[in-house]
Amino acid sequence: MSTTTEEAPAQRGRPSNPGERVAEWADGRLGLYKFAKSNLRKVFPDHWSFMLGEICLYSFTILILTGVYLTLFFHPSMNEVVYHGSYTPLQGVRMSEAYSSTLHISFDVRGGLLVRQIHHWSALIFIAAMIVHMMRVFFTGSFRKPREINWLFGWTLLFLGMFTGFTGYSLPDDLLSGTGVRFMEGAILSVPIVGTYLSMFLFGGEFPGHDFVGRFYSIHILLLPGMMAGLLVLHLILVFFHKHTQFPGAGKTEKNVVGAPFFPIYTAKAGGFFFIVFGVIAAIAAVATVNPIWEMGPYRPDQVSTGAQPDWYMGFSEGLIRVMPGWEIRAWGHTLVLGVFIPLMIFPLVMMSIAAYPFIEAWVTGDKSEHHLADRPRNRPVRTGIGVAWLTVYFILLIGGGNDIFATHFHLSINAITWFVRVSFFVAPVITYWITKRICLGLQRRDRDKVLHGRETGIIKRLPHGEFIEVHEPLSQQQLHVLTAHAQPKPLTLAPEVDENGVARKAGPIAKVQARLSQNWYGEHSQIPKPTAEEYEEITSGHGHH
Amino acid sequence: MAALVVLLFALAATGGLYAALAPAPKAQAQDSGQQSLAIEQGKKLYDVGCASCHNSNGQGSDDGPSLVGVGSAAVDFQVGTGRMPAQQPGPQVEKKKVIYTQAQIDQLAAYIASLGPGPAAPTKDQYSPADADVAKGGELFRTNCSQCHNFVGKGGALTHGKFAPSLKGSSSKHIYEAMQTGPQNMPSFPDSTMPSKDKADIIAYLHAVDTAQSPNPGGFTLGSLGPVSEGLFAWVFGLGTLLGLAVWLAARNTKAKKS
Ligand code: HEC
Ligand code: HEC
Ligand code: HEM
Repeated sequence: MSTTTEEAPAQRGRPSNPGERVAEWADGRLGLYKFAKSNLRKVFPDHWSFMLGEICLYSFTILILTGVYLTLFFHPSMNEVVYHGSYTPLQGVRMSEAYSSTLHISFDVRGGLLVRQIHHWSALIFIAAMIVHMMRVFFTGSFRKPREINWLFGWTLLFLGMFTGFTGYSLPDDLLSGTGVRFMEGAILSVPIVGTYLSMFLFGGEFPGHDFVGRFYSIHILLLPGMMAGLLVLHLILVFFHKHTQFPGAGKTEKNVVGAPFFPIYTAKAGGFFFIVFGVIAAIAAVATVNPIWEMGPYRPDQVSTGAQPDWYMGFSEGLIRVMPGWEIRAWGHTLVLGVFIPLMIFPLVMMSIAAYPFIEAWVTGDKSEHHLADRPRNRPVRTGIGVAWLTVYFILLIGGGNDIFATHFHLSINAITWFVRVSFFVAPVITYWITKRICLGLQRRDRDKVLHGRETGIIKRLPHGEFIEVHEPLSQQQLHVLTAHAQPKPLTLAPEVDENGVARKAGPIAKVQARLSQNWYGEHSQIPKPTAEEYEEITSGHGHH
Repeated sequence: MAALVVLLFALAATGGLYAALAPAPKAQAQDSGQQSLAIEQGKKLYDVGCASCHNSNGQGSDDGPSLVGVGSAAVDFQVGTGRMPAQQPGPQVEKKKVIYTQAQIDQLAAYIASLGPGPAAPTKDQYSPADADVAKGGELFRTNCSQCHNFVGKGGALTHGKFAPSLKGSSSKHIYEAMQTGPQNMPSFPDSTMPSKDKADIIAYLHAVDTAQSPNPGGFTLGSLGPVSEGLFAWVFGLGTLLGLAVWLAARNTKAKKS
């Protein structure tokens, strides 16, 4: 029971301007002023790589807008019809209603083909942008506490994005997408014991049946985008709430954010950027064909074409299947198709390890503190190496997935490419990891030299006694900050074998592994000590030789 | 527009050339005397250009298969697309510049056809009849050919560096003959499994979708190769452009404005 009496809000005097009146009215009910005051001035740091998330956001928005237009004309039905539209090479061909309505959109709906192409190009760009955005977050360590949850949200968006793309690609029921769905059916069938059941469940009977387009349609336009929209909002709320990370620099600390205020500068920029993204994608869609379903013909299980690939973001799984030897185990009247099942298992394994990465790294380094300054990738050679190794594997699998196209266009043998992919799948990531780590350490060494000896100016001076020296210019405060702001943590060590009371203690095997990994992460072979303040003093106080 | 004019000129020029160079329609009486003359001429050409690999009288050797019974269609295709005489060894004999005139090719064909009966080169109303059905041809193509040659005949890879070539630019006659004779790694589609009418439909389909005149309603086709070239394009031109613009936009901040 409160005894204080609320004072009636001070009468501000009725605004004369109608706009202000509406604002007053809304504020009275929603508390907009207060919200706006505290949030519109929120600061966003400036860096091009922080705009990658925006590219994702805008291409997603474009996908929704164009997708809604397409739903107005698309018929998600597998009923058979005979085509009588305006594309002559398919006149009189039997096809599903889904395929014929997609032809209708492409040739008979005003702007239909353009919208279809914008929709498909933005899907390809959306997921590419997500991958690059994820790699930005990864290489700068922006997934560390407190942002691990947001990493998981982002990861889920990537995962859902891939499946939204896949289901969308399957909707037109053309020969290419049908082949893709057939591929998926094969993968499902390879699951031991429940595979056949799962496939029957998904397709409502024997493949292809009469159901899957309708089912994929609900998933593609309702379920997955709905989940993504929700997650996206949460993702952005968390970015807002945690505040954005920033790169080290003068005046930038773990405790502040330096940048432009959300409103008006950031919103103006972001709004402009939305139109740029829309413009670029629309321009691409206006000049370049994507998924010309009219060339592919309707899906029929007895037909297939060479060059049948999924869209690029599923390319790595195509690659896994293409390069995997066709192993099989037959026993007790059953066949275990390892050639398909092993790739099918690698897929979730890779996805899971991406999701778990922030937690793995925190465990290895024993790092429990909050981070708001983004790492420069060179200062974390092991993480950067892992990232590059992952990208290497991913890229190699993409080559595997397109092995036939690479064979015909570079005049290579498809078998040679397949063997190259098989070997590099194991060898190349090790090599790129090692090279990346070396490069990072080299860059750290250069940073150290720059801090201590300044920037090489390229100006050569001759001293009175004839010696030539190059003039070095000391770095600015800003540059010094950039080069030295990072912490250089010590690796975890095992507690001494015998504690202070002389009682023997045994470290468990897990703790040992942790200490080994941590040593690898932050040990002396993984970082070049940055100059200490004393070293800097000593050298810059004039005793240095140049 | 300019392209159209050039095209018309080119068409007119080739038409004129054809009229000038084509052998005047011979009298119906293509008597056996002329026939045996052609065979004799063909044998001479054969002994110079082909016997080194295919052996005398087309009996075959380690360097080339027997030609007895391959028929005039095979010769017209192989020599007419420049595959024969074969040259450098490789995963497969590829098409190259044709070195014989059509008249000489006909003589070679007559000679080899005389060695044993085989599929004869088709006539014009076999490979381009007036009533070919493009849509049916498309279905036949997707059932029989696209697994090697891609949806619209852009070609595809086979094992160990062999490949099914792009069909763009193949003449109707050669497409027909390829189906009749099944060169190298291509299966043959004799009239017993694929009637002449079906072959003509396939040819009509290829002409509708895979020539310079075929419409490209979506803009540049990126080779009609499917998602690989599209993905590459999305990364390089789509995301590449957007990243460039992001860098540009980020550089245009309040700090960067000097003064
Ligand atoms: C350098 C050796 C070489 C020469 C010269 C050569 N060929 Fe061949 N020819 C081959 C080989 C090898 C093949 C088998 C290729 C294949 O189909 O795999 C072949 C195949 C053929 C075939 C297809 C046979 C079939 O089964 O359909 C014909 C027809 C043919 N040659 C005609 C000729 C003619 C006519 C000439 C002369 C103008 C000629 N070749 C010159 C090596 C040669
Ligand atoms: C098993 C795969 C395969 C199938 C199926 C196939 N082809 Fe081929 N095709 C080939 C190969 C390989 C060659 C190259 C042969 C050579 O160079 O001697 C070829 C060559 C051709 C050529 C000659 C092209 C040129 O460059 O001169 C034509 C035309 C052709 N195919 C048409 C067809 C048609 C039409 C069908 C369907 C009825 C078909 N092919 C089915 C593999 C195939
Ligand atoms: C629908 C797809 C996505 C959208 C729309 C999106 C949007 C954004 C935006 C606008 C930002 C702030 C600006 C920026 O840092 O670029 C951001 C930050 C972030 N995103 Fe995403 N993102 C998506 C997917 C992902 C993915 C796949 C991951 C990683 C698995 C991820 C992880 C993160 C993290 C950890 C941050 C905070 C970064 C920081 O504060 O430095 N996001 N996201």
